[in-house]
Amino acid sequence: MSSEIIVPAESGHPGLPAAEPGKWARLWSEIKKNKVSYYFLAPFLILFTIFTIVPIIMSVVLSFSYYNIIETPRFIGFSNYKLLFVDDDIFLQAVGITLKFAFITGPVGYILAFLLAWLISQIPQRFRFFYTLCFYLPSITSAVAMSVVWLYFFAGDRKGLLNHWLIQLGILNEPYLFLQNVDSIVPVIIIVSLWMNMGVGFLAFLAGLQNVPGDLYEAGSIDGIKYRWQQLWYITVPSVKPQLLFGAVMQVVSSLTVFDVSMRLVGFPSPLYAGHTIMAHLFDYAFTRFEMGYASAIAVLLFFLMFGLNRLIFRVLGRD
Amino acid sequence: MHKIKLRRIDFGGIFLYLFLTVFGLLMLLPLIYMAVTALKPTSELFLFPPRFFVVNPTLINFRDLLLITGTSAVPFSRFIFNSIIVTSGIVLGGVVISAMAAYPLAKHNMPFRSFIFNMIVAALMFSPLVLQIPQYLLISRSGLMNTYWAMILPYLAAPMGMFLMTQFLRQLPDALLEAARIDGASEWRVFWVIVMPMLKPAIATFALFSFISAWNDPYPSMVYTTVQEMKTLPLAIQTISGGVGVVARVGTLAAASFLMIIPTILVFVITQRMVLQTMAHSGLKE
Repeated sequence: MSSEIIVPAESGHPGLPAAEPGKWARLWSEIKKNKVSYYFLAPFLILFTIFTIVPIIMSVVLSFSYYNIIETPRFIGFSNYKLLFVDDDIFLQAVGITLKFAFITGPVGYILAFLLAWLISQIPQRFRFFYTLCFYLPSITSAVAMSVVWLYFFAGDRKGLLNHWLIQLGILNEPYLFLQNVDSIVPVIIIVSLWMNMGVGFLAFLAGLQNVPGDLYEAGSIDGIKYRWQQLWYITVPSVKPQLLFGAVMQVVSSLTVFDVSMRLVGFPSPLYAGHTIMAHLFDYAFTRFEMGYASAIAVLLFFLMFGLNRLIFRVLGRD
Repeated sequence: MHKIKLRRIDFGGIFLYLFLTVFGLLMLLPLIYMAVTALKPTSELFLFPPRFFVVNPTLINFRDLLLITGTSAVPFSRFIFNSIIVTSGIVLGGVVISAMAAYPLAKHNMPFRSFIFNMIVAALMFSPLVLQIPQYLLISRSGLMNTYWAMILPYLAAPMGMFLMTQFLRQLPDALLEAARIDGASEWRVFWVIVMPMLKPAIATFALFSFISAWNDPYPSMVYTTVQEMKTLPLAIQTISGGVGVVARVGTLAAASFLMIIPTILVFVITQRMVLQTMAHSGLKE
């Protein structure tokens, strides 16, 4: 309600100043009347401005400059972006790897999280905790801590558990270098990421599914719904749509920023840049070469990629 | 007729449990393997053929862990201490700041309310990782490098916390708040005495998420610190492993990793009931 008063006042500011002085005065008195509300918001908004809004503006500004921390930034127009798309083959490769990764782990992880949450919601309450724990625990572990397990599991010699099993089964004759071979690096990162990917979305689904009103299902069975999958598709999915949207947003953000797993498993930079993601490229330029302007251009692109994709998801899923 | 129907339901049920149990245990396998490796004596670590389980469990790896001083004479306990300071700073500070922001956004009706809320929710749609460069410049210019502040301040205003708490608070009735105001309580008092206790499930949820990400995040100490004694656990573990791909000191490394994962599991087990209560209100709408 309040926003309806604000929006026109804000957008049409210097154009008609004398026309409506009452509007500004009214707004100001509204703000003064509610000053306690703003006191409550102040700590959050101050920190949010310093560490989120200002950095967004800084990133955009820096992305048009050459800046190496020592000299003052020098304005160079669109050169960074031109360099990224025309000359930087490794960046284009990183975009390819990131998208390949995101288009597999994103949807697969998302659907898997939802299906598992749905299956868990089908069993009695008292057994749910154990299964929730099984599926959620991997995602609260850190990539760094788990690397000790994965490095050993995928190790390229006979002591590697996976190689050992595959040789025993007769599938392989000699150990395969899972972590060094260009062909297997992305699949390995995908598998490990899927394993630790249930995350926030899974919990949101689980909670949403518990709260679907039971009489919806009764009404459904009267209307002729017989099978569980029909129930799932016609009743359950529509009732947890807000949670689905939330989960999708979280999934996009996490799929596009993979870096930890790749860095810990295949190294940084990875062999022939086969596990090089956009995030890895950003980190490389920002904190090993200190080319902040160039790295900012990468950050800005990644920012718009995430934001754009999420807006798209909202368009598609958010419609009623 | 009735009997047949019963049997069919049982069948599906058995399959459901079988699937969930097998898949669930498969998911746990890497974690079990880590725990088992942490208990292995050196003689069992480099066996050929490799063995999954441990035969003679020992705690020697944990003892080694506390005794090794790394490459720069910083004891391992120092890293644990750093992690605890940084994580508790982020979790406690983040909870209070988010709750304070959520209260007016959910229960007051002041100008710019929906603008502020939408702005913060928009921040959920990208990862703060892309803001690392300017954040680094801000921290280094303000002389906060190598302090705990550098690792805490940028993470305090968490959009996720504000979002979860606002959504949770919105569906709670106003009656209690009104009653307290009529009794003459100030907004500040209403917030601490009534709103904070009501928010408990949302606080537990956000505390869980915030704890997990702060505890596991290697970036702050990678970027904002240059001296060994300010590093946190994720980075210390990287140091113990002696760089990427090196498989030496597997036992010690597994012990360190195991110690690092235990707190996150405990926090989840403690908060899980309240988490599900809160996440039911986490839906996003256009």
